[in-house]
Amino acid sequence: MKPPPFEYHAPRSVAEAMEVLAAAGPEGKVLAGGQSLIPLLNMRLVAPGHLVDVNRLTELDTVEAEPGGVRVGALARHARVERSAGAAAAQPLLRQALRLVAHPVIRNRGTVVGSLVHADPAAELPAVLALLGGSVRLARPGAVRDVPAAGFFTGPLESAAEPGELAVSAFFPALGPRCGTAFHEVARRHGDYALAGVAALVSLDDGLRVTAARAVCVSAGPVPVVVDVTGHVAGTSPAVVSGAAVSGAAGTGTSGAGAFADGWAAAARAVAGRVEPEDDIHASAAYRRHLTCVLAERALREAAASAADDVGTRR
Amino acid sequence: MTNIAVTLTVNGVVRRAEVPGRRLLSDCLRHDLGLTGTHVGCEHGVCGCCTVLLDGEPVRSCLTLAATADGHEITTVEGLAGPDGEPSPVQRAFAECHGLQCGFCTPGFLCTVTALLRDNPAPSEEEVLEGLSGNLCRCTGYQNIVRSVRRAAELIAGKGDGGPAGWPSGPVRTSGDTGAEGA
Repeated sequence: MKPPPFEYHAPRSVAEAMEVLAAAGPEGKVLAGGQSLIPLLNMRLVAPGHLVDVNRLTELDTVEAEPGGVRVGALARHARVERSAGAAAAQPLLRQALRLVAHPVIRNRGTVVGSLVHADPAAELPAVLALLGGSVRLARPGAVRDVPAAGFFTGPLESAAEPGELAVSAFFPALGPRCGTAFHEVARRHGDYALAGVAALVSLDDGLRVTAARAVCVSAGPVPVVVDVTGHVAGTSPAVVSGAAVSGAAGTGTSGAGAFADGWAAAARAVAGRVEPEDDIHASAAYRRHLTCVLAERALREAAASAADDVGTRR
Repeated sequence: MTNIAVTLTVNGVVRRAEVPGRRLLSDCLRHDLGLTGTHVGCEHGVCGCCTVLLDGEPVRSCLTLAATADGHEITTVEGLAGPDGEPSPVQRAFAECHGLQCGFCTPGFLCTVTALLRDNPAPSEEEVLEGLSGNLCRCTGYQNIVRSVRRAAELIAGKGDGGPAGWPSGPVRTSGDTGAEGA
């Protein structure tokens, strides 16, 4: 349970880090928080020839509001992003998700960008990036590219980051007006890998009718699975989901609360139908699918309620 | 693989060591610096026994390289007591409330709880459980650990002389008394 030998590098600037990584090529691996990589090293599941420790690159320890979203630097720890009022105001799903990531002590060290590059399909942050349609910025000497989430996660523990590339930041789009989010999980113990988890993003129009609804599942396949369920609920109104909405929505829309409720249940079934969980020691595939269905309905309803609250505050 | 010279300020004392890049902070503390109070359980971040404070924040020393910690401040369980050896309020509370049995997990709990109560002197029940959730104990069933956190919060708040929370009032036990627990 000790890491295999490697050549340790501690660059003092991003430019130096990119040079070292470029020279190391496929033998190079980036160490940021280490909360996933060091267990893999300790268990000898990975054995990089060169480890490039980016913990001295304080220029990457950033959480910044940008037009349209939040950019998180590669050295921003989970705990810092979780506490960031600016990040929570721009995109509440970040804090909702980060509270589900492992334990507080792990979040003191682990980084958001590191979690994305690690690309564990059971992890929360890849799911968030996929649901929101964010991107990861990859840099090598003389070249920078932004990879959209849809193309970033290529398989279990595999991302589009190529040998020699350094993930310098990630961009999470802001929550739009009349939108809401939620993240629900079931785990054996708080902080464990979730048996199933669903995050949802719902947007409404001024008349409280659903204009878009999407969900993303964790532990449900080789990569985060995003399912668009707009077709099941479009045009219906979450009239029953919040006090603010009830008063505001009176007389709007033609669908009653009953039809709306049926719509969410159908949407949740559609989500569960799209996941490909596997049997393992913790749960059967059938149980994970069942959980996904229950959590999807819960998350979608809560996201819709949150969106309705936002409509209420805008009136 | 060349060794790396690291300088750590451990419990207020500047310590130096020459370590391979792969040396875990937990092993550096125990083997290179002789501070065996930090315990090593699972070595993949699950059990929490190796928790130390890195620049004041609790972290897993088994998931941190010693080389990464170069230049930083570490507090281990050996550094929690006062300069004269007086147990810290958290240590005193664990002794009073029987928050340990075999003691293997205790250094991790003590470091975690020390930071928890520093940041949140009056945590709710839920916040205590969330704060402790990353530390495993195989002996106590956690009831007395949770009670120890409550008691430590009392002690820190200066309400220390009424006996442990929920216990009959009486003289406060010190760690030296706990051996008579079964008597």
